[in-house]
Amino acid sequence: MSEPFLELIDISKSYPGVVALDHVGLQVSPGEVVALIGENGAGKSTLMRVLGGVVEPSGGVIRVDGTARSSLTVADAIKAGIAFVHQELNLFDNLDVAGNVFIGREPVQGGPLRLIDRKRMYADVAPLLERLGCDFAADAPLAELSLAQRQLVEIMKALSLDARLVIMDEPTSSLTLAETDRLMRTVAGLKAHGVSIIFITHRLNEVMQCADRAVVLRDGRVVGALTRAELSPAAMIRLMIGRDLKSLYVPPAAPPGDSVLEIVDAVTDTYPGRAVSLSVRRGEILGLAGLVGSGRTELSRAVFGIDRLRGGTIRLDGEPIRIASPRAAIEQGIYLVPEDRKGAGLLLDVSITENISLPDLASYMRFWLVDTERENENAVRQRERLKIRAPDVRTAVGSLSGGNQQKVVLAKWLSMRPKVLIVDEPTRGVDVGAKQEIYGMLRRLTDAGVAILMISSDMEEVIGVSDRLAVMHEGAISGFLDRSQFSEHNVLQLAVGHTIEAEGP
Amino acid sequence: MSKKDLSLLVLILVVGTVVALINPRFLFVGNLSNTANQIGLFGIFSIAEAFIIIIGGIELSVGSVIALLGVLFIDLIVNHDVNWVVALAMIVAAGLAIGLVHGTLVTRMRIQAFVVTLCGLLIYRGAARYYTEDATAGFGFGASFPMLEWLAAGRTNILGFPLPHSVVALAVVAVIAWVVLHRSVFGRYLFAVGKNEEAARYSGIRTNRVIISAYVICGGLTAFSAILIAMYTRSISPAVHGSFYELYAIAAAVLGGCSLRGGEGSIIGVVLGTVLLQVLQNLVNLLGIPSSLNFAVMGTVILVGVLGDQYLVQRRQRVGVAKGREQASVAAAPLERVKVE
Ligand SMILES: Nc1ncnc2c1ncn2[C@@H]1O[C@H](COP(=O)(O)OP(=O)(O)OP(=O)(O)O)[C@@H](O)[C@H]1O
Ligand SMILES: [Mg+2]
Repeated sequence: MSEPFLELIDISKSYPGVVALDHVGLQVSPGEVVALIGENGAGKSTLMRVLGGVVEPSGGVIRVDGTARSSLTVADAIKAGIAFVHQELNLFDNLDVAGNVFIGREPVQGGPLRLIDRKRMYADVAPLLERLGCDFAADAPLAELSLAQRQLVEIMKALSLDARLVIMDEPTSSLTLAETDRLMRTVAGLKAHGVSIIFITHRLNEVMQCADRAVVLRDGRVVGALTRAELSPAAMIRLMIGRDLKSLYVPPAAPPGDSVLEIVDAVTDTYPGRAVSLSVRRGEILGLAGLVGSGRTELSRAVFGIDRLRGGTIRLDGEPIRIASPRAAIEQGIYLVPEDRKGAGLLLDVSITENISLPDLASYMRFWLVDTERENENAVRQRERLKIRAPDVRTAVGSLSGGNQQKVVLAKWLSMRPKVLIVDEPTRGVDVGAKQEIYGMLRRLTDAGVAILMISSDMEEVIGVSDRLAVMHEGAISGFLDRSQFSEHNVLQLAVGHTIEAEGP
Repeated sequence: MSKKDLSLLVLILVVGTVVALINPRFLFVGNLSNTANQIGLFGIFSIAEAFIIIIGGIELSVGSVIALLGVLFIDLIVNHDVNWVVALAMIVAAGLAIGLVHGTLVTRMRIQAFVVTLCGLLIYRGAARYYTEDATAGFGFGASFPMLEWLAAGRTNILGFPLPHSVVALAVVAVIAWVVLHRSVFGRYLFAVGKNEEAARYSGIRTNRVIISAYVICGGLTAFSAILIAMYTRSISPAVHGSFYELYAIAAAVLGGCSLRGGEGSIIGVVLGTVLLQVLQNLVNLLGIPSSLNFAVMGTVILVGVLGDQYLVQRRQRVGVAKGREQASVAAAPLERVKVE
């Protein structure tokens, strides 16, 4: 392998009360794909922010092409050919796709007038759209794109830089299998052109697929590295969490009961011509799979009262109900854990405690006042249960790592007593160990009689956790699968609108 | 009391001391009592404004509402012989109704708060001037409401200090507002809506209702202060009465730590902000600064105050990081690190 052109030596970084990085070292050679893995809050994003010039390390040396520096600025990083796909999306809602890709370096024309050369901008974006197989146009307004599509835009932004090193911080966390696959091919293509890639992910099969080696972080320290030959999910998990994991699926304690939530011929605004019918039974986890844009999130929003249903009825315990607002849904015992944690799930600069109690404040009420002691106790309990890594429950949620933020969103709803729980991508950005905890918790809920509808684009999760599967395609259910029929092949067939042959795999 | 409130208090004490050193008249009982009265009057509608700023809105019609409702109140009791208790109830109800209209336009019609209340500012001012035909409304020679006047504009001697009743009113309003904002469930909802309306909605909060309630509270409090101010000035020229008061209110709120982005603010801060503004006003008078410079002085001090606060916040963050670093090195010492090849 050729000489490393980039070296991080003894990098440290601390925040008030937290040591995010503790003398971390990393080297990258041209054309190498390095997977960076570790639990939530291990320091992966922080390390990459140091590389991208966003965060100034408290100590250590960064050596680029032989020149040693104590820190980089964003401009330095770009000059050194480092492009960055951030974990949290940083896009502009009021621009179109091309505008977002070229933000800050728009091609100009008209001499001193510096007008934006729109034609060139769109022409330059077209091949990128092609490369990632995007189903939207260069002039599509960003506001109309789904979370997954936005993630693709973020990736295009990095690709358009012609970088030497592309850092991808959980680029696939809201992509589905097909898109992930295309991204994997893009990664291989970049590698073939001598571009290096640092790839952060919690999906270990992606590491297996594309990485030349993996570096494992734990508690801000490098705890080990695996070469291509040593790579295996078990080895990675052992290094990451220091123990082995059991298999995903835990069968329910009792066979499922009657239907709790029935959705009959529901029509949403996105697919006015299509209707969805499904029912979730007491004590089961119904997985809802499908490609991005198949209408799953829209369906959940309508059931939760965020959007109006265009048609159809919703029954709870056999009784038709009207849900005009999230408040009404919550009163009926229907909860939704939304997909977009930054926009819909959390108040970022508010404490963990206050975020967790928000939907259930009324129950912490004494004479209209908030009983902060009980509120705190509950937050502490939830933090322990979900292993939320934070110095204190009074910490602002915005300063937590991505996966820990996701756990706070879950904690908000798990401390209440749902009848029906709809979870939309419940483990987006959550590490393997914590995923296990969350699945265990979902199972305990179903065993206590809750009906769970789990929307997920993570194939491993959909197949590994659900008791039954519904697959959506373009706004309608294309088929149901029982556990005996579960397979990647079947799910994908249904997701693209094909039917599957008769019985079983 | 937060650090922010504390630094504001220090600023007030510093400014006060300087003024007192240059002109000892600042500490005369009469002067202090008059300044306190101004604080009482301005504090109430500043708290009203803070409710709106905390939910991420803005209310620009405060001054015009004070003019219109003040005119109506005096007209009701002087010219229409309405019992003052009834008149008071009617005016407060009118204030609540104005808030309801603003809140409804902002939520249901989705018009920006700035636009709604800017139109309010123009409309109510015009209405007040039209209603009185631009004449000054006031108490005639014979008219006398001893009870009302004592309650609204009187002073009670406490340990030799004539305490204006407006200060008592402010104290009551501030305590209630403090409990509502900082301790009650509804207060949490106000802050949540100001921080992230979407997330609040997903959490089952009836966001529209919360926003409308904030405007209603603001309207009611403004109406109440309109009556106190009318009773204090005793005559109202509708073209200028209360003009720029919305800006005093916004300034007090911002000085007191409210963020115009919403979701931040404290009642103690707003009250202290009002105190600082009135001390400054007093400073201009006592130090013989031309009163034409009044606004310029106030603007400068607000700017300096906000800049200083920003500086302190940033310094605190740096200090915090340095502390974290110390802990880091202590924590790292006993553990050995695994090397990567
Ligand atoms: N701006 C900040 N202020 C305070 N603490 C921070 C800040 N950014 C990160 N941290 C802390 O540093 C630690 C490492 O966070 P980091 O985001 O690097 O984790 P991560 O490995 O990327 O985790 P995830 O897989 O959940 O994304 C965490 O404990 C986090 O709370
Ligand atoms: Mg991260």
